[in-house]
Amino acid sequence: MGIIKANKRDIFERVIMTNHHLNINGKPHVVEDVEDSTPLLWILRDTLGLLGTKYGCGIGSCGACTVHIDGIPIRSCALPVSAVDGKEIRTIEGLASRDGALHALQQAWVVSDVAQCGYCQAGQLMSAAALLDGNPNPSDSDIDEAMQGNYCRCGTYNRIKSAIHLAADSLSGQVGKS
Amino acid sequence: MNKLSASPVSSFDSLELLFDQIDPSGDISLPTDIKMDRRSFLKVSGVLGAGFILAFSLAGKSNASASTGRLELNTYIRISPEGSIFIFSKNPEVGQGIKTSMPMIIAEELDAEWNDVIVEQSPINEKLFGRQNAGGSRSIASNWDTLRKAGAAARHMLIEAAANEWRVPAVECTTAKSHVLHVRTNQKISYGNLANQAATLVVPSESMLKLKDSRDYKILGKRITGVDNYALVTGQPLFGIDKVLPGMLYAVYEKCPAVGGTVASANLDEIRKLSGVKHVFILEGNGNVMELKPGVAIVATSTWAALQAKRQLKVVWDERRASKDSWISLVKQALVKNKRPAEKILHEKGNVDAAMQGAAKSLDALYSFHFAAHATLEPQNCTAWYQKGAVEVWTPTQSPGRGLTSVANILGIREDKVTIHQERAGGGFGRRLVNDPACEAVAISKHINAPVKLQWTREDDMAHDFYRTGGFHSFKGGVEPDGKISFLEDHLITFSHNGEKPVIAGVPRQPSRVFPAQLIKNFRLSQSLLPLKTTCGLMRAPESNTTAWAVQSFLHELATAAGTDHLEFLLELVGKPEWLSPKNQYGLHTGRAAKVLRLAAEKAGWAKQRPAGRGLGLAFHFSHAGYFAEVADVSVSASKRVTVHSVTVAADIGPVINLSGAENQCQGSVIDGLSTMLGLEITMEDGRIQQSNFDTYPLLRMSQAPSVDVHFIQSDNPPTGAGEPALPPLAPAVCNAIYAASGYRVRTLPITKEGFST
Repeated sequence: MGIIKANKRDIFERVIMTNHHLNINGKPHVVEDVEDSTPLLWILRDTLGLLGTKYGCGIGSCGACTVHIDGIPIRSCALPVSAVDGKEIRTIEGLASRDGALHALQQAWVVSDVAQCGYCQAGQLMSAAALLDGNPNPSDSDIDEAMQGNYCRCGTYNRIKSAIHLAADSLSGQVGKS
Repeated sequence: MNKLSASPVSSFDSLELLFDQIDPSGDISLPTDIKMDRRSFLKVSGVLGAGFILAFSLAGKSNASASTGRLELNTYIRISPEGSIFIFSKNPEVGQGIKTSMPMIIAEELDAEWNDVIVEQSPINEKLFGRQNAGGSRSIASNWDTLRKAGAAARHMLIEAAANEWRVPAVECTTAKSHVLHVRTNQKISYGNLANQAATLVVPSESMLKLKDSRDYKILGKRITGVDNYALVTGQPLFGIDKVLPGMLYAVYEKCPAVGGTVASANLDEIRKLSGVKHVFILEGNGNVMELKPGVAIVATSTWAALQAKRQLKVVWDERRASKDSWISLVKQALVKNKRPAEKILHEKGNVDAAMQGAAKSLDALYSFHFAAHATLEPQNCTAWYQKGAVEVWTPTQSPGRGLTSVANILGIREDKVTIHQERAGGGFGRRLVNDPACEAVAISKHINAPVKLQWTREDDMAHDFYRTGGFHSFKGGVEPDGKISFLEDHLITFSHNGEKPVIAGVPRQPSRVFPAQLIKNFRLSQSLLPLKTTCGLMRAPESNTTAWAVQSFLHELATAAGTDHLEFLLELVGKPEWLSPKNQYGLHTGRAAKVLRLAAEKAGWAKQRPAGRGLGLAFHFSHAGYFAEVADVSVSASKRVTVHSVTVAADIGPVINLSGAENQCQGSVIDGLSTMLGLEITMEDGRIQQSNFDTYPLLRMSQAPSVDVHFIQSDNPPTGAGEPALPPLAPAVCNAIYAASGYRVRTLPITKEGFST
């Protein structure tokens, strides 16, 4: 499907350049002629201009680059774009509804005034959203476990935890009403 | 070329100057923006069709708006006819919440409805705004009066405009929620509808301004959520790293892993051939490690292409003048120094030697602490566009004013050819007081004559920090039979770049005011220096963040030796309420200290017995004009596993501006301090930093984070900052709790060095 060409860098060290069909936040994107090994993070940021997903470490350790792949939170800084062809990718820009209504977690983050510098918070929200998708009423230790891959250098962990509980309560209230 | 061969550490005087500017405890004259100059005046200019602009500026510096034609430049407040109230926040936002709290002060005195307020980051223009800096927890303390008066002056003029309109006396008018009201005639008009008329009025003199009684506050002291919260949770571009310019290229910059090294050669021709690479070249540096170190720049069509090329880059470094620092060796040298008399006495009172002979009980202990990195989660970066002898810079910096000077220096252009845009920073902690990324970015942009975003990797960030210095406190102390301290000696073994002057934040800046020097009869602080080339800098609560740990731990040792409850010991030590020298905001008030100690103890349940293996630890520290006492509740297992259950914080920073923001800062300071003391350590060997990323420098994660309860005493003192002073008492509170829980005295940080785990 793609163009395979030898890199001028080294004829023996082939770099596979391919077109990739990415489904991001419900929209199809064709990303042309990029190295298969390029991490999804840099495709999002540099190629597609989706800047909400952040670079923090490049080794999948800090969680600032967390996105959902088919609903599972994954560190996009160490995830080759070739691995996500055709999969459903969700980023922080796609967490709110299409009509702009904020996700319960986003609302909880705003009213709880979670952020300090805010740099990690997109990744925190994506990890938290995946948690609530699978576990609508998480305990403190469920939250600790689900959020273990996300650093907050400013130390807003107390507020992150209470905001997740707040969002869970708000979502269960909505379910109850409907 | 002389400059290039200069010692890599020769330039640190400029960081010291910055410390002078941001450290309120220093004996320094305050910058002009702290005090309202008597000649200060308010200036108003009408803006065609855009409402009302109020500028609040210093005498002699009032022409900026007229001369530049950019009318926003000298304003704090702009009101549109539609009713939106635009308020400039003048200082960098690095997570300390200043972009919300400064405009709150203006909006309060303006009597604006907070929902009508739109906050914008101001341009960098220190002639107009005074010092624009994020450091020393001083933004609130030094701008409090200026910002209140800016709001009050605008309110005054809006009232006058309404009074003119209604033909009623101005004194009969009141304001509420962005409206002027005249109750007797039952009239009400919005600020938006008054903006154009107000702009034509004469500006009130300062003496005419009436500031609100704090009891009438509707915004200040409340929980106000951050003005950027919506943008943050929806992933909108806000940070330096998010800047995109048309036609922008992406750069990385490789420097010698040992500071002071220069480029001997590199495989530039190979790199040039790589996919996506547009330019690769050597920059020689300017001899100032705080501006431009020598290195190899790679410019590519994407960040990833640049990063890939950097991995292929092979540089031969000339390390003849480079750092050979070894932490292992430095520790050994420190132990030798510890056995010798101190090299220099920094402060002495009473007769320590005599007291030492006569003390009922005496102790000595060596406390060692590690180097630490800032590790801002947003790695250093900067976007720059040099063209035709001028440059624009988009930079997440804590010191944009100094950045402007450095950038002009690097490019050899006048400062008025430099425009700095302050971008939100993904954490600062003192790292971004140095503008080396901006210097690199502008040098690269000039070389390629194109807009460029320079991106440091996490590894670059950890290898080229300005580290929080490590060091050693060698204490001797004694207690009298009645439990009072008879003497205290602290021999501080620290480092020097030039053999004479300690590294920045290596020793207390006011040795005579080190706690508890002013409260005891016999005290001596002395220093010895070890040679160092590793670059040092300012990190959140500089010097306090390590001195408080050592001193407050050793005071607990003395209390224990005296058989006195730690709280009682500290209360006895601070004694009766009085101001200590210099008897102003930046001197310790013992009564305020006692109050936070009592409050922390009360809220933490100090008197309550804990089960075996669990204990409470207490510590107090005064810095940045803020009083903080903290109690940690800690369990220690038989295998030396430490669990910090909770931390109780009692604080007196005067009236709190933003309750939500201040509480968040205190909680964050506690987590930050805990992260650093538990297991983070920067070491160096052969001049190279041994840690490279979060796998070797693992920050605290959520499961290790205690709950942090913050209690404010809203005293009737001038308000001051919350970004730093909650950090210093954390480490000693935890170590004192470890002692209470286990009987083990921690004298080395991080505590993993003493076999503890978390």
